[in-house]
Amino acid sequence: MTGNDLQSYAPLLLHLTLAMALSGVLVLLSSLVGWRRPSTTKSQPYECGITPTGDAREPFSVKFYLVAMVFILFDVEAIFLYPWAYIFRELRWFGFVEMILYIGILLVGYFYLWKKGALDWNRPAVRRDRAS
Amino acid sequence: MNEFASQHPILVVALPKIVVLLLVLLTSLAYLTWFERKVVAHIQSRWGPYRVGPHGLLQPLADGVKFLFKEDVTPAGADKFVYFLAPFLSLSLAITSIAVIPFGPKEFTVFGQPTPLAITNLNIGLLVLFAITSMGVYGVALAGWSSNSKYPLLGGLRSSAQMISYELALTMSVVGVILMAGTFNLSEIVMSQQGFHWGFLPRWNLIGGPMPQLLGFLLFFTAAVAETNRAPFDLAEAESELVAGFHTEYASFKFAMFFMAEYSSMITVSCLATILFFGGWLSPFPQTAAFAWAHYIPAAAFALAGLALIFYGIRYLTMFGRVVLPVLGVVLGALALLFIRPGVTEFVQGPFWFLLKVVFFLFVYVWVRGTLPRLRYDQLMGFGWKLLLPLSILNVVITSLAIVLTQR
Amino acid sequence: MTPQIAVFLVLAAMAVAGAVSLILQRHPIHSALSLIVVMVSLAGLYLLLGAEFIAAVQIIVYGGAIMVLFVFVIMLLNAGEEERTNVSRMARFVGVPLGVMFLLEVAYWIARATSHLAPPAAQLVSTRDLSTLLFREYVFPFELTSFLILIALLGALVLARREDSD
Repeated sequence: MTGNDLQSYAPLLLHLTLAMALSGVLVLLSSLVGWRRPSTTKSQPYECGITPTGDAREPFSVKFYLVAMVFILFDVEAIFLYPWAYIFRELRWFGFVEMILYIGILLVGYFYLWKKGALDWNRPAVRRDRAS
Repeated sequence: MNEFASQHPILVVALPKIVVLLLVLLTSLAYLTWFERKVVAHIQSRWGPYRVGPHGLLQPLADGVKFLFKEDVTPAGADKFVYFLAPFLSLSLAITSIAVIPFGPKEFTVFGQPTPLAITNLNIGLLVLFAITSMGVYGVALAGWSSNSKYPLLGGLRSSAQMISYELALTMSVVGVILMAGTFNLSEIVMSQQGFHWGFLPRWNLIGGPMPQLLGFLLFFTAAVAETNRAPFDLAEAESELVAGFHTEYASFKFAMFFMAEYSSMITVSCLATILFFGGWLSPFPQTAAFAWAHYIPAAAFALAGLALIFYGIRYLTMFGRVVLPVLGVVLGALALLFIRPGVTEFVQGPFWFLLKVVFFLFVYVWVRGTLPRLRYDQLMGFGWKLLLPLSILNVVITSLAIVLTQR
Repeated sequence: MTPQIAVFLVLAAMAVAGAVSLILQRHPIHSALSLIVVMVSLAGLYLLLGAEFIAAVQIIVYGGAIMVLFVFVIMLLNAGEEERTNVSRMARFVGVPLGVMFLLEVAYWIARATSHLAPPAAQLVSTRDLSTLLFREYVFPFELTSFLILIALLGALVLARREDSD
């Protein structure tokens, strides 16, 4: 198995299947073995001993959404770096200039995000423009 | 049998390898908890587990049995399906990622079929590893969401946001290594680090190549500690504010599964750090006649450990310990004798150095946990986005520049 | 039946089942999970065609990044179970037959085209070829994607800005 054909993925698939089977068995075991004496108090969500108030699934800060959004964009950038690094020794200066341009354009966006305060966690999501 | 093996290589060769690897992995997971408790205890001038077996060696077993027989409480209002899915996803993905790790250079034969010292040797092993880890976010996010409780929800959100933030720095910090090696194949990345500076300093990626990846390694390891939700980045489990984070509402073995997943990713990350920056299975000593004695280091290490165990063990406090410890010592000594045999010596070299480096990184993990205070959440996100990310981009630029300049 | 075909059938079934479940599930989180199943099976199908790099990227970007955003947004909006409405008469009498007709048509054209389809790849596509193509011949589109990402970054900022106003 040299790793050049589809065959080399078969052990990975087998490994995944076995790992899933193992985890599945463990989840099953945990609910089958062991005693259970359910009571309403016991199944209440944990709130430090105080009676739970309100619904847990409340809307939360838009910051998390912003982080996920920005993550996607930079993840795409990181993914482009991979094939580039793979053949960089053949591309040489051409590849270097190519990627400097690419990263440069993205850095503009990155510093804009920074200046707007989108990377600060304890400030409101985005600072308003003073001028307006 | 050999004919059958050549027709069904996957069944006959891969299946036993996978079963053995999974068994070894599960045992190491269990003993990693023991290792961590011991090391942290000694850092804090305590003894750690001591009662169950000599030096608490049977503690992981006792913990496992305890977890299994605990009452399995499902919180009211939980989304049952997702609640069960989350630990399942976490664990199965975490123990799958070890499949692409190569443990040594030598091929060995199972029923006449040569096979590498890894489950599989993929062209894009590194990318497959990242693909598997990138799916790990769901275990955390879904566990937090499905419990229908406030602390898990907050903890799950926080740690999933943390995981994706540091995943960026993690993926980018590795680009420097790919630039130097020009491949995604983990075995080839190790092979590209062969050779020595001035005859004795190994040309591992950390200190070798056109641009030493010291910065890359620091970024990688920091991001990896955060990615595995470990201290000082274990905001999800900040007891003082979030109880236990995303797994607050989990009990019984489902709770243990999150820990097994965490420890398993620790092992994978340590393996990856070894492969990418520390020369994988390569020995730190040159393969010259002057260093011929280096071949006997594995045997010597095992023999010394065995002897120490025997001498220490016969004077142990309890009767049980006085039997178990010397027996363990004898086993280690027997292994040392086995390692001296001509064929075996060469074969053991790779895995020995590899595992030694992995254990070192696992120790660093625990050391960091025992030493550094936890970060505040806004500091944590700022650290990832404002320091690690730009530095890793800088590392890519510098490394590529160094390669272009030194290349003829 | 070769193993490839067997794996293909399983993956295809998973993709279709995921897509159907995406529509039928009542809770948005379950729908999102179904979509993840679709994404992962698609990655498997790419792999069967020999495109290992694309398969890995499919999981990293779609499975690991875009779907995380979906899950976050669902949690963010605290979207509960959707309510079922009675299927309107219009949908039942016009929509369903039209949908079935469309499916049949697609099936017909695919069936006609099968003779031209390449067999599943025995060899994997080399990542080197793919990279060379991307960074030598398609340099301009590649640089354009950076502008695309830049614009998307600004878009994300503008969207997140709403929070201030209330």
